[in-house]
Amino acid sequence: MTAADALLGVLFAAVTAYALFGGADFGAGFWDLFAGGARTGARTRKLIEHAIGPVWEANHVWLIFAVVLLWTGFPAVFAGVAATMYIPLTGAALGIIGRGAGFAFRKTSTTLTQQRIFGALFAFSSLVTPFFFGAVAGGIASARVPPWTAGRGDLLTAWWNPTSVATGVLAVTVCAYLAAVFLCQDAKNHEPDLVPPMRRRALWAGAGAGVLAAVGLVAVELDAGWLAERLWRPVPGALIVVSVLAGLASIALLAAGRYVAVRVTAGLAVAAVLWGWAAAQYPYLLPPSTTVAGTAAAPAVMRATLWAVLAGAVILTPSLWWLFRLFQRAPMSETRSLSDSSTRPVGGDRS
Amino acid sequence: MEPLSFFAEAATPGDFAAARTQMALSLGWHIIIASFGVAMPAITLFMEWRGYRTGSVEYKILARRWARAMGVLFAVGAVSGTILSFEMGLLWPGLMGTYGQVIGLPFTLEGFAFFVEAIFLGIYLYGWERLSPKVHLWSGVPILVAGVVGTFCVVSANAWMNQPKGFDLVDGKITGVDPLGAMFNRATGPQSVHMIVAAFMVTGFCMASVYAVGMLRGRVDRYHRLGFLVPFTVAAVMAPVQVGVGDWAAHFVADYQPVKLAAMEGLYATERGAPLHLGGVAVDGELRYAIEIPNGLSLLAHWDPDAEIRGLNTVPADQQPPVNVVHLSFQLMVGAGFAMLGVAAIFGFIWWRRRGWLTNRWFLRAAALCGPAAVLALEAGWTTTETGRQPWVVYGILRTHDAVNTAPGLRTGLYVLLLVYCLMTIATVYVLRRLARDRPVPVAPQESDVATFPVP
Ligand code: HDD
Ligand code: HEM
Ligand code: HEM
Repeated sequence: MTAADALLGVLFAAVTAYALFGGADFGAGFWDLFAGGARTGARTRKLIEHAIGPVWEANHVWLIFAVVLLWTGFPAVFAGVAATMYIPLTGAALGIIGRGAGFAFRKTSTTLTQQRIFGALFAFSSLVTPFFFGAVAGGIASARVPPWTAGRGDLLTAWWNPTSVATGVLAVTVCAYLAAVFLCQDAKNHEPDLVPPMRRRALWAGAGAGVLAAVGLVAVELDAGWLAERLWRPVPGALIVVSVLAGLASIALLAAGRYVAVRVTAGLAVAAVLWGWAAAQYPYLLPPSTTVAGTAAAPAVMRATLWAVLAGAVILTPSLWWLFRLFQRAPMSETRSLSDSSTRPVGGDRS
Repeated sequence: MEPLSFFAEAATPGDFAAARTQMALSLGWHIIIASFGVAMPAITLFMEWRGYRTGSVEYKILARRWARAMGVLFAVGAVSGTILSFEMGLLWPGLMGTYGQVIGLPFTLEGFAFFVEAIFLGIYLYGWERLSPKVHLWSGVPILVAGVVGTFCVVSANAWMNQPKGFDLVDGKITGVDPLGAMFNRATGPQSVHMIVAAFMVTGFCMASVYAVGMLRGRVDRYHRLGFLVPFTVAAVMAPVQVGVGDWAAHFVADYQPVKLAAMEGLYATERGAPLHLGGVAVDGELRYAIEIPNGLSLLAHWDPDAEIRGLNTVPADQQPPVNVVHLSFQLMVGAGFAMLGVAAIFGFIWWRRRGWLTNRWFLRAAALCGPAAVLALEAGWTTTETGRQPWVVYGILRTHDAVNTAPGLRTGLYVLLLVYCLMTIATVYVLRRLARDRPVPVAPQESDVATFPVP
């Protein structure tokens, strides 16, 4: 394995982490959108806020990290994707603004109207952002993005094509699925009577993701022959089978009420699809002809970056572990602030 | 004509201008919020620490309030920073496609710094009731360290654009990349120190402004005094340091970016014993209406009143930066810097001799203005640096014009972003103001106010 392959592995690990954790945060926004009216949905929304409040920024950094590693390790790929995918990436960027700002602002708002406006912003952006990211992935996979050195691809059809639409919709569904699965355990800890509706959502979203994944395979078959052929090679094929099995296991675990175990299997089902895609494409970063070796940065850059990653991981791993542990354990009642801020009358007048 | 042919067209000069404007807008926005991200944790932690040490309720409640504001500022800082990392590619693929790898290392390290920041911010903000006071206090320290390290990294990437190093260019292909050499270039020292100090000045003065205004409105209690004194002291201490560091930065520019210096000073012809220009505008290749201090520039730039200073005319017109923008913004920064130094000096005198003057209305007014002045200096400084480097995006090597995305419609992107940033500014200011007013500050705060004050 070359240093470039190692860096690619790290990069894809970051993408996976973003898809799982960042994806679940986006999915939480999806359920926020469909939680019901201001009164009926209030408790669900509070649960969501409680679950993602402390962690969403950390989860978000996976994206930054992946972007930076991409331009460091494979500059022409980064530039090519950015130049061609100008429209969906701008859309995703705007979605990220709306999501982060909307969430932070809503938390500190006290009147219902403000909470509604910021909440709608948060939820709507949570829906569009994964779509755009999914569409970009679909465009790359269906060989529509040339490397920077070879000019720019079509600004519209690169991401508005059957494969991209399929992967975009799939991404939204997968996010919703992950969020519902993750939230089941949170609900069990904090608001037990929200468990059954959450489980129902998880099952529906899981089924939807399964169906859409199948539709996606058909779309790839018809639209992206290059990839379709490679998907059924041994490694990607095996990963797809793993994904299917993990998806089925998740349904069983959800039905059995095993909400911690299902987090693992659901995550595995999603990660396996991603790695299956990666394995199918390898060693091509931008199909049909741009390879890892052809676009890799200088070996000195790869080495320096890998050392930096190693040193960073030593700091990061225990820190992340502490963060998640701290907020998975703690009961809701301790965050008195959450319930306070929604019931407190409009602040303002100073005596 | 095909309805979609628009997307096949090439970018226009208007699109190029739009790309630059968009970059400037989003960087200029991010940098203000980022400054708070660097310095506010330090000031807040100091407050919290004093609260535990003295048991004073005012310290504690101020720390909690600031932590709440930090939650909002970090959120918008994170999203505005994300846009930037996208824009590097969306707008400047010609830069990143070739040189992304050269400046990749500092950005990778910065990625880790952000990670640490985000993780510990989550722990710090949400852990207030879950951790012991001591552990809680310590959980804030990584935020502070990561903020400073992250700034250093990102500024070193910018410094590289001013002093490209650490690679060889052979037939338009880069070889022999040395990431550390690129990161530690000649501009890294002055620029990063100058920026970190600027972050502390901006944050300290802006935070103090809020309480200065409160005191001007008649709320002169211990709570407002402390809320004013602590951040103001931090910023006031930094003010003289910053002038010194600015001098270092100016020497660096004089030595290694002579054309930028000439633009900063509006000097067209090469001169020995060049004068320092105060004010003035450049018209038709000469600077008019400026006050001249004889030999001033030579003295300041090289510690020698007769030193030779290169003029703008030593490079062809298409390699000269826009003089008026650079000259004016440089003057604004230096003017604001000295004005703040003056207020800081008065503050020192008050501290030393006349404590009673702290609530003098004129002093408070001046102190309140230091917040906006620091932001002005920050923006003006970056305008000097970035515009003074034009037409190069990588100094002497790559023209900005050759780096821009050739996609059409960049202008549309700018308009959308302009709207989004306007809305985000309004919302941020609104939310912060509401947070400041959130609970009436009791005349004599009680321990129970601390315990029930919600964080985040
Ligand atoms: C609170 C903010 C602040 C204050 C009071 C000052 N500066 Fe500054 N200055 C900055 C904030 C700043 C900055 C925004 O942080 C810049 C932009 C790029 C950089 O490295 O720092 C900058 C850049 C910058 C540059 C250009 C460096 C380059 O292009 O590489 C020079 C020559 C100076 N400054 C000089 C000064 C002098 C002589 C000051 C004396 C009063 C001064 N600055 C006050
Ligand atoms: C690592 C940090 C930075 C990087 C990599 C960077 C990169 C760039 C790039 C690629 C451009 C476009 C080319 C150009 O027109 O010069 C640009 C322009 C600009 N940047 Fe920076 N920048 C950085 C820091 C900053 C910061 C913090 C500011 C703060 C205000 C800033 C202000 C500007 C401005 C005002 C322009 C427009 C210049 C012009 O219109 O002539 N930059 N920067
Ligand atoms: C001199 C210029 C800059 C300084 C001092 C600076 C500093 C900071 C700081 C302290 C933060 C974290 C605090 C917060 O979120 O408020 C931050 C966030 C961020 N910055 Fe900047 N920045 C600069 C320019 C840039 C540039 C040019 C880029 C991209 C190319 C960038 C990308 C980001 C990103 C992606 C984040 C979000 C990290 C997160 O999710 O927590 N920054 N910046």
